[in-house]
Amino acid sequence: MSVSLSPQPREEVAGAARRRRKPLRLFSSEVRAGFLLLLPTVVVVLAISLYPVARTLWMSLRNTSPILQQDDYVGLRNYSGLLTDSGFWNAWRHTMIFTGVSTLLETLLGLGFALVLHQAFRGRGFVRAVVLIPWAIPTVVTSRLFGYLFDGQTGLVNYLLTQAGLIDHNINFTGDVRTAMATIILADVWKTTPFMMLLLLAALQTVPKELYESASVDGASPWRQFWTMTLPIISPALLIAALIRTLDAFRIFDLPYVLTGGGPANSTEVLSTLAYKTLFSGSQYGLGSGMATLMFVTEALIAIGFAVFLVRRFAATGT
Amino acid sequence: MRIARRILFWAAVAFIVAWSVGPFVWQMNASFQQDKNLTSATPDFFPFPGGTLQHYYNVFVTKGFGQYVVNSVIVAGSATVIGMLIASVGAYALARLSLPGRSVVLALILGFSMFPQIALVAPLYILQNNLHLLNTYEGLSTAYLGLTLALMVYIMYGYFRQIPLEMEEAAKIDGAGTMRIIRSVIAPLAIPGVVTAGLLGFMLNWQEFMLALAFTSTPDRQTIPVGIANFTGLFFVPWGDMAAASVAVTVPIIVLVLVFQRRIVAGVTAGAVKG
Repeated sequence: MSVSLSPQPREEVAGAARRRRKPLRLFSSEVRAGFLLLLPTVVVVLAISLYPVARTLWMSLRNTSPILQQDDYVGLRNYSGLLTDSGFWNAWRHTMIFTGVSTLLETLLGLGFALVLHQAFRGRGFVRAVVLIPWAIPTVVTSRLFGYLFDGQTGLVNYLLTQAGLIDHNINFTGDVRTAMATIILADVWKTTPFMMLLLLAALQTVPKELYESASVDGASPWRQFWTMTLPIISPALLIAALIRTLDAFRIFDLPYVLTGGGPANSTEVLSTLAYKTLFSGSQYGLGSGMATLMFVTEALIAIGFAVFLVRRFAATGT
Repeated sequence: MRIARRILFWAAVAFIVAWSVGPFVWQMNASFQQDKNLTSATPDFFPFPGGTLQHYYNVFVTKGFGQYVVNSVIVAGSATVIGMLIASVGAYALARLSLPGRSVVLALILGFSMFPQIALVAPLYILQNNLHLLNTYEGLSTAYLGLTLALMVYIMYGYFRQIPLEMEEAAKIDGAGTMRIIRSVIAPLAIPGVVTAGLLGFMLNWQEFMLALAFTSTPDRQTIPVGIANFTGLFFVPWGDMAAASVAVTVPIIVLVLVFQRRIVAGVTAGAVKG
């Protein structure tokens, strides 16, 4: 992409004239200035992203542990240990369930919200503003908030369900293996639906209004319009939004760490919380690094899967 | 049919509003309730009359929660401001100057930012331990800088690309140097992008939990999320105090989002859909 060597477009008369006067100095100074301006960014990315990731990969091949005072090369032993470890697969399965269910619910609910807020109605600006509130709240606060709402003794949800006659005794939502993960999923759906809504609302705004007008003239019902026009047009944006959410949900840490601590009976243990505990409570840097590596391997596979699906879809529809 | 549809539509609007504000309003209610109401079998839906500011007093006067707020402001604020400075010049170079291989650089910057935090936390911990940066503002702030810089560069890049090149060309012909062009031509047009990136970066830094949990160990350096996560009572769950702390640290960020709604929405959609 060396621009200084490529021929200049004819239109740029002024630019060409300027460059003819002092051709080399101008460009090299621009490139030099560019790299100088880019240097701080590159240094930060190398030091705080690339170096740690490389070191995590490296440590995953060692038995590094400051407590046991060992730091030797062990090859793939961490990985073979993890792949036969039920605790790891337990956390992996929970992470996949959490990611799949929460992303699906957030996408559906976010789409529903976006469709409603795409309509013109009195007070739309107000609703579009307040809908962002859950997203603005720090995740740790959300964890405490849902812990309070779903508390087994004084929680509002238990009270309301009892009043409605749906349950006859209080449920310990965060302390029961049957409900703890569902509570975490619900908290995440509450927190993140606004994000999905924003992305889908932006996508809806790209659908030309004339399409709806002519479809209405042709007598197509709103339901039919949604399935035959809206959804196909926004589906690439929908899939990309779902991919972003999936990759983010896969890293879930704050909610289970604060709300349940991974319990009860490890029923909400996910990969991030398990790896964190392995690294910092167990002080097993090698093993924890192996987990982190397997995590981004899984993420990469998911991303590739999405990409293949998107490409096939585009190839099929010819767009 | 038409009326039924209208009723359904407004019911959906009502649901969206209740879903969005309900849980937080409930926490606000709890923050003003007396402890006896918080532990009774029948919840009290309105704190006043009979409400109390005791929980806010407990949190900020007795427990010194204000220190967490100060720490968060220093760490998240410094990381955001430094990030804005670094990202703005970096994004300028990527968006405006004809650098060889700039698309590769941009892709790499974005790619490295995709790794999960759990893959960064242990090496950064070891590094900061060796450099005696654990439990310092500088250490956590530096980590946050790395966490949000790529996003900031990307958002600013999108904004800077939209500024017409002709303005820059004209300034160049008039003999202005790169720095002068940035200062008098680009900066005034680029500020919305810089502000948007800064707002989103700040929101991420403000609520970051894992790195803060790992790198800080004493209340004089821990940030708000760690303070709230460590909130436990000896004999009962201090719901009222916890609610007061949550409300106090969340209201400012909600106000921030509502005031800068347009910018934040633009930033989220620009940062996400294109990425």
